[in-house]
Amino acid sequence: MSGVTPIDRIKGTAVPLRGDNIDTDRIIPARFLKEISFSGLGAHVFADDRRSMPGHPFANADFAGASILLVNENFGSGSSREHAPQALMRWGIGACVGQSFSEIFLANSTTIGLPCATAAAADIEALMAITEHAPTTPMALSVRTRTITAGGRTVALHFPAAVRDSLLTGQWDATGLLLSEFEDVQRIASRLPYVTGF
Amino acid sequence: MPRTLLQKVWDLHTVRRLPSGQTQLFIGLHLIHEVTSPQAFDMLRRRGVGVAFPERTYGTVDHIIPTLDQSRPFADGLAEQMMAALERNCDEFGIRVAGLDSDRQGIVHVIGPELGLTQPGMTIACGDSHTSTHGAFGAVAFGIGTSQVRDVLASQCLAIAPLKVRHISVSGELGPGVYAKDVILEIIARLGVRGGVGYAYEYGGEAVERMTMDERMTMCNMSIEGGARIGYVNPDETTFAYLEGRPHAPGGDAFVRAKEWWRSMASDADAAYDDVVEIDGGAIEPRVTWGINPGQSIGVSQPIPDKASAATDGEAIGEALDFMGFTAGSPLAGTRVDVAFVGSCTNGRLSDLREAARVARGSSVASHVRALVVPGSTQVRQAAEAEGLDEVFLQAGFEWRGAGCSMCLAMNPDRLNGREVCASSSNRNFKGRQGSPTGRTLLMSPAMVAAAAISGEVTDVRTML
Ligand code: SF4
Repeated sequence: MSGVTPIDRIKGTAVPLRGDNIDTDRIIPARFLKEISFSGLGAHVFADDRRSMPGHPFANADFAGASILLVNENFGSGSSREHAPQALMRWGIGACVGQSFSEIFLANSTTIGLPCATAAAADIEALMAITEHAPTTPMALSVRTRTITAGGRTVALHFPAAVRDSLLTGQWDATGLLLSEFEDVQRIASRLPYVTGF
Repeated sequence: MPRTLLQKVWDLHTVRRLPSGQTQLFIGLHLIHEVTSPQAFDMLRRRGVGVAFPERTYGTVDHIIPTLDQSRPFADGLAEQMMAALERNCDEFGIRVAGLDSDRQGIVHVIGPELGLTQPGMTIACGDSHTSTHGAFGAVAFGIGTSQVRDVLASQCLAIAPLKVRHISVSGELGPGVYAKDVILEIIARLGVRGGVGYAYEYGGEAVERMTMDERMTMCNMSIEGGARIGYVNPDETTFAYLEGRPHAPGGDAFVRAKEWWRSMASDADAAYDDVVEIDGGAIEPRVTWGINPGQSIGVSQPIPDKASAATDGEAIGEALDFMGFTAGSPLAGTRVDVAFVGSCTNGRLSDLREAARVARGSSVASHVRALVVPGSTQVRQAAEAEGLDEVFLQAGFEWRGAGCSMCLAMNPDRLNGREVCASSSNRNFKGRQGSPTGRTLLMSPAMVAAAAISGEVTDVRTML
């Protein structure tokens, strides 16, 4: 992971995951958080849903190898665990497109270089229908042009300006940026009453 | 120009505006625990970056620790590994930590306030979504992911976009047997689990002003369940009285000066809000969740909703009813419970245990119920024991445990089995949250949990007080 890798285009097939409010406990159940590294998480993504929901897209061989995840409303709600986008990424997902995302999930995803774009409900429905009908349909997402194309159809995407900017400039990994004006950080700290002891 | 507390704290902690439009925000207090920090420390090491302000980070252990046998090494090798990683990281980077050997150990959102680390006017971050709890003190406190934990360790800063503020005013007086938990469940049911996205929730009104700090923490804790990353209450005399004499709170003359400053950080009377919501506190009943997200709750006397009762949410209701095995239109009261859990960062504080004990005193847990009380911190546990609450619970047939997250989530030995139904004072009723993929969680206040434990079924606690 380097701090200056711009992210623009993500290509590949898609996996449609229907349903609102899919929370991070479902994306990666808590018992798989007992690791001090993120590396093995890909194998456990949606572990419980895959078992309890017959035909779950992440258990369906048709969608194996997909790199774009299609979701509905409020995806990634609940626990702040970064393990959720990490697990999706390690499973192979390179971008998410949905009606809406929870705030912490969006921040966590951006920070690890996983673009999450929103689109109109009707467009999401159309993309899901395309991939359900023909799972091998290639899709191409561009952060720069804010579009995703699939089966000859182009759909408009939305990103918060800061998210798009950080992906395109490669500043999504913020550590270097935050350290670049460290004197300013010290100056702010030194004028806070609780830092100086009132 | 009049400003809200959020704006005042934000302005004071702004290092600069980033080219992206986000703010580089200085973080006054960084709390860490064993689950979301080890990867962050590894990222630092790989980059050869140190911790910028080690004295502004404080660590504890809560999620994975057993609440029965806490001898080391833990029986669970992975838990032991996480525990050891936290100890090693804090040691290497010079970070204070309240480990299992310390009487200051406990759930991160319980110990921050209890030790006086959490103070008004601060920015507070922690790799845990319930960091919103600390907003009860008039701090701007929010959960972050592991890469952001890395950023705070490296720079004491975060890159974050500003939020709007919704003022939620709770008027009137809560009835007997109605608690902060019921108020926040009502708010989430009313505004939805996504209603708070993009907002900080500022809680006010007579009912909130009358609340103790413990109750305010319960409200702010669950802001995130309504989609709001931040919830806060303006600091007042109740806040200051709570903080006075706490180990990390300012003392003597500094406390007097601190109070002046804290007071000045409260929202101005004529501050403008992006949205305002009014709730009649007197009309709130004890509430219970019937579904699979914290927005799916009803007053204990109401029937379980049906698909047709919601304009947009019909599908979600259907999925929840299927999972829970409940029937639309039937009452929730009378539902048999298998497990009762009093604890968590939402409701594992001393006053919560007192309310549960009030109900449990002199009664016995129903024979088919497994009931446990898990204090939120070692200090809570000791204080409860000093006033004999442990005896009350043990005599009634509850288990009395060591401090930790316990059955709030499934990262330690405490968990549901199969399709068990759990009356729980925690904050999340997501599928699988309490450790069994098919386990069922009913969120409610600690007093309601105690009532369910005693009667063996969901019961209106007002009939038992
Ligand atoms: S008690 Fe539950 S919600 Fe609170 S910090 Fe622990 S696991 Fe998270």
